[in-house]
Amino acid sequence: MNRRQRYEARQRRRSGLIATASTLIVLAAIYLLIPLAPGWERVKASFFNWDVFARTFPTLLEAFLLDIAIFLWSAPIIAVLGLLIALCRAVQSPALFPLRIFGALYVDIFRGIPVVLVIYLVGFGVPGLGLPRPWNSPYIWGTVALVLTYSPYVAEILRSGIESIHQSQRAAAISLGLSERDTMRYVILPQAIRRVVPANMNIFIALQKDVALLSFIGPVEILRQAGIFKSLLANFTPYVAAAVIFLAITIPATRYADYLMARERNARG
Amino acid sequence: MFKTLSTVLLLTGALALPTAAFAQNECAAGKTIEEGMLTIATGNPAYYPWVIDDAPEAGKGFEAAVAYAVAERMGFANDAVKWVRTSFDEAIQPGAKNFDFNLQQYSITEEREKVVDFSNPYYSAAMAVLVRKPTMEAGASADLASLKKLKWGAVATTTALPVVMRIIEPESDPLLYDDTANVAEAMKAGQIDAGIFDLPTALYLSAVVLDDGVVLGQFAGDDAQKLDQFGLLMEDGSALKECVDGAIDSLTEDGTLAKIEAEWMQEATGVPVIK
Repeated sequence: MNRRQRYEARQRRRSGLIATASTLIVLAAIYLLIPLAPGWERVKASFFNWDVFARTFPTLLEAFLLDIAIFLWSAPIIAVLGLLIALCRAVQSPALFPLRIFGALYVDIFRGIPVVLVIYLVGFGVPGLGLPRPWNSPYIWGTVALVLTYSPYVAEILRSGIESIHQSQRAAAISLGLSERDTMRYVILPQAIRRVVPANMNIFIALQKDVALLSFIGPVEILRQAGIFKSLLANFTPYVAAAVIFLAITIPATRYADYLMARERNARG
Repeated sequence: MFKTLSTVLLLTGALALPTAAFAQNECAAGKTIEEGMLTIATGNPAYYPWVIDDAPEAGKGFEAAVAYAVAERMGFANDAVKWVRTSFDEAIQPGAKNFDFNLQQYSITEEREKVVDFSNPYYSAAMAVLVRKPTMEAGASADLASLKKLKWGAVATTTALPVVMRIIEPESDPLLYDDTANVAEAMKAGQIDAGIFDLPTALYLSAVVLDDGVVLGQFAGDDAQKLDQFGLLMEDGSALKECVDGAIDSLTEDGTLAKIEAEWMQEATGVPVIK
């Protein structure tokens, strides 16, 4: 080890120590100071009641399976529709200009309305037209609402991916004799999609949480189940339990997205 | 000095009132969140027939009238009553409350009693089943065997859900909503066949909100599970509880409560009892 490396190792060790110490101080302050707040005992009884937690956790976990199911059938539809919308916005032929207008309008409208409103409007409104069972199910129309709200985000991310592919690639593909369609299919999209995977991961993590909003139109998933317990037991601990269950899924997913993003950054240098 | 004077005035004024009112008069002194004022909370919005036109200040509607009657027995004139609005959650969250008592059809339950205080009940509501005509025509009737087959909906924050699960035991899982308006909307959309509400709310929905609503039946009488008792909700350990209970007891004993009920609640005769 030369002198410079020794110096750098010392610096690294030093900053590591400082980071550990400051983290410990902050944690200790939180641990010691919060219980000093005058309302702590009541907050503890209302939000961190172990008995209530243990009693409600299994049922909440079961209700969470419904969230996962809704997520699993919504996500592929969102991905496909998002891609279609992105392609609409990326067409270059003048004859297909109406498609571009449609894509832009779709994105403007459904990205601009809060999810809950779309869920209410579609979830109650469309079945209200008089559809027979089972076609008026809140699961179907709730899913439609999620797809409508989330596909514009995915579309915009994909579009940014498509636009990030350098124009020279398109030129090269055309000079090789590929049609516009094949250029998109074999040259642009494979690179574009790979580039925006991490950004899309974030969208799907957000979707995973917003699935719970379907509870507004009837389904008893984890948020609603926690609400039922809250109202029966007059205690907010079930919400904390639900948050813990969500975190168990979203934290690993977020870390994975971070990892993908870092890898993408390194690959691009 | 000023305080003594106003106390004297208050006492002289009180002497002119019937003795029942006088007896209650001092129990609330210094115990309300705003001296000399009684702050009452209700829902946002407050629904018919509990509060008419979402305007509790007018004293119209069953709960609005009860609130003013209780206030009067506690020694507060009508203009010493202040209204605030809260959600269910705001009422049970830990920390200081912005009301002296809260009334929005809170059912008294043992579990809730651990976190907040309830007054003695001011109303006992039978649970009732609301359906639409097409469901009736499809053969639904007021017996449990028929009710089991229906698709149920209820308001999630009420005690209706335990009634559905324990007594009706439906074949498919019920759907749950945030408030009565949403349950009615789901009935209109045909997503659920039947909703369960307290009887006055069911009568209101069938008469006003749904074009073709029918109150299919009500659960009878004494079984505590089937009967919802509403109480005024107060902060846990509220110093006012004794005073509020005294007011409600005296309103019950002298028949005032029954009179208010007769004035604001629809006659519920003719609603069949579910067997």
